[in-house]
Amino acid sequence: MNPRVSIQTEDFDLSREVARLREQDKRVGAVCSFIGTVRDRNDGQSISTMELEHDPGMTEKAIEAMIDEALKRFEICAARVIHRVGLLQPLDQIVLVAVSSAHRGESFQACEFLMDYLKTQAPFWKKEQTPEGARWVDARVSDDTALAKWGIESRNA
Amino acid sequence: MKVQLRYFASIREAIGSGSETLETAATTLSALRDELIGRGGAHAEALARGKAVRVALNQTMSDETAALTEGAEIGFFPPVTGG
Repeated sequence: MNPRVSIQTEDFDLSREVARLREQDKRVGAVCSFIGTVRDRNDGQSISTMELEHDPGMTEKAIEAMIDEALKRFEICAARVIHRVGLLQPLDQIVLVAVSSAHRGESFQACEFLMDYLKTQAPFWKKEQTPEGARWVDARVSDDTALAKWGIESRNA
Repeated sequence: MKVQLRYFASIREAIGSGSETLETAATTLSALRDELIGRGGAHAEALARGKAVRVALNQTMSDETAALTEGAEIGFFPPVTGG
């Protein structure tokens, strides 16, 4: 069975991941994916590099639980999450969420749900390199608000 | 009881260490945090009340009211910013 969650330093290939997600599953009529990438600006500063730290013991378990929750809430066939860690640069891919389902509505919803969940509940931390030195990225209240629309209280930021 | 502490991201940097083993009399995560604050210095500053600090018990995000058990692993970290 293909893994549902990968935390890795290497880049990922969307086409390959979607092909694996759909593999031999004739129920699938829709695939929705989201990719997060590194911007060259954040909070008014230019960003030269970004370092992503995570908790190796906790991260995969937390995201597996999020996928279980998505499978309960939406009629989806499968889901795949890849999150990169380590040193990244603007233009680099950071995160992939891909979901398959029979009809598009459930894929769209589950993909957004997983992203909103991951943003505030998966143990990753970003540190940006700016012209004025390195800084830890602040959590955003808007991400808590995004999760709240699914009926989950976040209290992250 | 003996517990294992782990610090992440800005808290790890402030404290200057990623982990430690601690013999504690605290029975909840909240009491444990207060005990660490009581050390003063970097611990007091990094874990200060009013600061956004999240806690994990045995690798699951947790409430500070959760009870400590022998051998537990407790993680302290700032709000998460992945994705």
